[in-house]
Amino acid sequence: MSKIELTHIDKYYGKNHVLKDLNLTIEDGDFMTLLGPSGCGKTTTLRVVSGLEKPQNGIILMDGKEIVNAAEASFAPPSKRNLNLVFQSYALWPHMTVFDNVAFGLRIRKENSETIAKKVASALDRMQIGEFAKRYPTELSGGQQQRVAIARAIVSEPRLLLLDEPLSNLDAKLRVDMRAELKRLHHETGTTIIYVTHDQVEALTMSTRIALYRKGELVQVAPPLELYDNPVNLYTADFIGNPSINFVKGTAQVEAGGMRVDSPLGQMGFERGDMTEAAPQSGSVDVTIGVRPEQLSISRQADDAHWVEGHVYSGMPAGSETLVSVRVGDTMLTVKELGSTHYASDEPVYLGFNPKKVNVFETKSENLIKYCV
Amino acid sequence: MKPLDQSYSKSRRFKNQVKAVVTNPYNVIVLVAIVLLTYLIVLPLVDMLSTTFQLAQRDLRATGGTMADVGKFTLYYWQRLLASDLSWNLLFKPLLNSLTIGVGVSVCAIALGSILAWLMVRSDLPFKPFFSLAVIIPYMIPSWVKSQAWLSMFKTPRVGGAPGFIAALMMNAGVSTEQIEAILSPIAYGRLAIIIVLTLHYYAYTYLLVSAALNSINSELEEMGEIQGASKPLILRKITLPLVLPAMLSAVILTFSKAIGTFGTINYLGSPVSFRTLSSELYSNSKSQNTQTAFAMAILMICIASLSVFINQRLIGARKSYATIGGKGGRSTPIGLGGWKPIVTIILFIFFIVGIIMPVIILILESCMLKEGTYSLSNFTLYYWIGEGDPNIMEGVSGIFKNETFMMSLVNSLKLTLVNGVFGTIFGQMLGYICAKGRGKLHGKLVEQLVFIPYLIPSVAFGGIYLSMFSKPQTLFGVTLIPALYGTFALLTLTSVVKHLPFASRAGTSNMLQISGELEEAATIEGAGFFKRFVKIVFPLSKGGFISGFMLIFVSIMKELDLIILIMTPKTSTLPYLAFQYQNQNCPQASNCVAIVMFSIVFLVYALANIFGDADLAKSMAG
Repeated sequence: MSKIELTHIDKYYGKNHVLKDLNLTIEDGDFMTLLGPSGCGKTTTLRVVSGLEKPQNGIILMDGKEIVNAAEASFAPPSKRNLNLVFQSYALWPHMTVFDNVAFGLRIRKENSETIAKKVASALDRMQIGEFAKRYPTELSGGQQQRVAIARAIVSEPRLLLLDEPLSNLDAKLRVDMRAELKRLHHETGTTIIYVTHDQVEALTMSTRIALYRKGELVQVAPPLELYDNPVNLYTADFIGNPSINFVKGTAQVEAGGMRVDSPLGQMGFERGDMTEAAPQSGSVDVTIGVRPEQLSISRQADDAHWVEGHVYSGMPAGSETLVSVRVGDTMLTVKELGSTHYASDEPVYLGFNPKKVNVFETKSENLIKYCV
Repeated sequence: MKPLDQSYSKSRRFKNQVKAVVTNPYNVIVLVAIVLLTYLIVLPLVDMLSTTFQLAQRDLRATGGTMADVGKFTLYYWQRLLASDLSWNLLFKPLLNSLTIGVGVSVCAIALGSILAWLMVRSDLPFKPFFSLAVIIPYMIPSWVKSQAWLSMFKTPRVGGAPGFIAALMMNAGVSTEQIEAILSPIAYGRLAIIIVLTLHYYAYTYLLVSAALNSINSELEEMGEIQGASKPLILRKITLPLVLPAMLSAVILTFSKAIGTFGTINYLGSPVSFRTLSSELYSNSKSQNTQTAFAMAILMICIASLSVFINQRLIGARKSYATIGGKGGRSTPIGLGGWKPIVTIILFIFFIVGIIMPVIILILESCMLKEGTYSLSNFTLYYWIGEGDPNIMEGVSGIFKNETFMMSLVNSLKLTLVNGVFGTIFGQMLGYICAKGRGKLHGKLVEQLVFIPYLIPSVAFGGIYLSMFSKPQTLFGVTLIPALYGTFALLTLTSVVKHLPFASRAGTSNMLQISGELEEAATIEGAGFFKRFVKIVFPLSKGGFISGFMLIFVSIMKELDLIILIMTPKTSTLPYLAFQYQNQNCPQASNCVAIVMFSIVFLVYALANIFGDADLAKSMAG
């Protein structure tokens, strides 16, 4: 229910430049995930938006209204921004019951006790923890504490909900459950959500858009599938996807109409229409081909659809899928095949793929030059 | 590059900046704290230093100056102290005595305290609940009371008054006075006596600090050593000891600076054989209005204390936070003492009986003896407790419970400890809050440093500075800020609060550091302002720490003598001062009565705080 615009945000801790000229727009109703390895500035961005940190440079608009103008040293206090935050540690007050924890903000705003009771009850019910209202946080399990923290954040119906790695302290199963829960919450309330995580699966499954960070800078902001299919550079391609994307070195002859790529995967031709604007116009360049493991198909016989010869390094069947490492020349490729198949080590196999579905990056600049279509 | 940068208004920026600073109560509190600390700590120090360079009227004759020279710059005092014929007696001999006492007490107290801490925390010693209470008791008995007990035990006939317990026994056995003198005198008075008595007092610091450090060590660290094949002594030496070393070094500082600054014990046990230290010289110089010399001595003592802190910090260095890194405490498997167990237990029992219970019993016994040193049943009386004034005893002064002076001192003491406990704790926790929130920032460091200074100033000297500074009205630009405080309760309170700030704020810092910043941030997000956060979040979460901090101040002010001895006037007398006076009037029984009352109060309050609040002295001290 709220649009956030960050422009030219710089944040330093002492000499440490944490956010570097950050520009990011979060549309009304977005589920925006800030994704990146630890220490890349995602949490700092969240804290800057929340008002707990003051950036040294830049402007933040919320629904067109200025809430931060670093040049004029004007910073709206967090409580004036109509947002709420769920901390990684949950930050539940240990000396208050679940009810008091959730009711705290409403009491600060001096709402009458009837309204408070009603709102708290509804928030607790929504998180399915109504029966724990009288308990203290230490008497709850991690998952229940997590729900209390979210209930506390949504009880005041903020226009913007900030979540700082909320699932990282939960065990694997609970984490999957909570993902569904959060996605549902976003759908029901329509609140704009900014969600910080270093887990790409969380990002891909939950968000409407993902902002990928690298050392305090934004690398790419895009919907999950776009980020997955057409990463703008090698860094993004490598970060997104599990198992990781396969990289194969090659050389390309670029002409006005397109390019021809030679690599251990054979010779491929691409049309200009599938190429990015950043692609060179002509000449010979070193390129890196990116192929997702699920794009590769594997066969024990060579045929029209399987033309790349390789040898199995190791096969890893896991019930629903099988991951196979295949050595092609000097390159190691991971193949993901549905179902369970056993491959012997050093067994000769043949790989194939649809050239339209691969990404091509210029090795030197690391940028994408050919889309997956 | 950034077009937005040009379009701002400088005046709005300035206005916003000022508004942000002024409307944030935290900033205001920090500012007030810094101003007050500067006024109450730095200024007196500067005042003290400049006094030592100003000629006083009484020294005009010695320097050959005229009235016009009064207040002029002079090196007379420093020269007299450091480089004159008098230097040896005035400075170097007492200094040497101070240092030997300081080193002696530190070594003994650290050894004793560490061993006790290890036994209590890590070994499978039996009767732990009893021992862990007993081991704290010395902290509650002031050192001068212990000195009194020591005298009751070992006093020789020579010094006047009745002989002590041992001497009386020897006399009954027919040993001649000269022989008694020869045997007992070296034990009863002087260096050895002082070191023993002070060790029995100050080991409590080491015990508290080291046991806190030991508690925070995960025993898995030691078990890992065992798996690697190390023997128990080797584990102790190579793993446990290095981990608690920082705590031990802190304890050295605490003990050393306290020991060289102590005065009461020196007065009791040193003066009969003219054993003088810097602190006793400081006291006598102050008392005889030799303010400049006294202050110069105080400055030297501050330098010694600062030096020891500096060396300590160099030694600890980056390893300061070992104990906390070491783990979450978690599991702790006691180490078996094996065949040593009964022996260690018996030794400990003897130690507690001789070192702790005996002094108390002697004090109680003596307080009930009409004539001290006469151990016969007919000599026992409750006169000193409840006697109506008898002109033949104690110049007609009645027993303490019938005595107005005592009642007044009792009320004064209670008032002082209560007021101080409350104010000291509040200020301490506030300063602790600033230190904890401002960690690594300039203002946090500044406050931390400022608050630490009173710690370096010897108690007697601190009382002296405040006496000279606040005896006259304090004015600023012609406006009287503070009227003359001489002889008032306010001066007593002010001195005690400021002198105890290092402890109080340390307790506060460790208390506040336990509250995660996110708990407060969560409240900020909800719209709670500074005061609301303090009342609703910070205070409830730190209640235990508040009570511990209160205890720490209460205990140490209740028994405080050195600090307020110069400020005392008959009307503001407290229990320790009254006991001191009785002792000086050669009436140890009455003095003992007062000491017992005082000890009972301290013990009672401590017990109550332990039962009803989760007060823990060790936690507050460990910082």
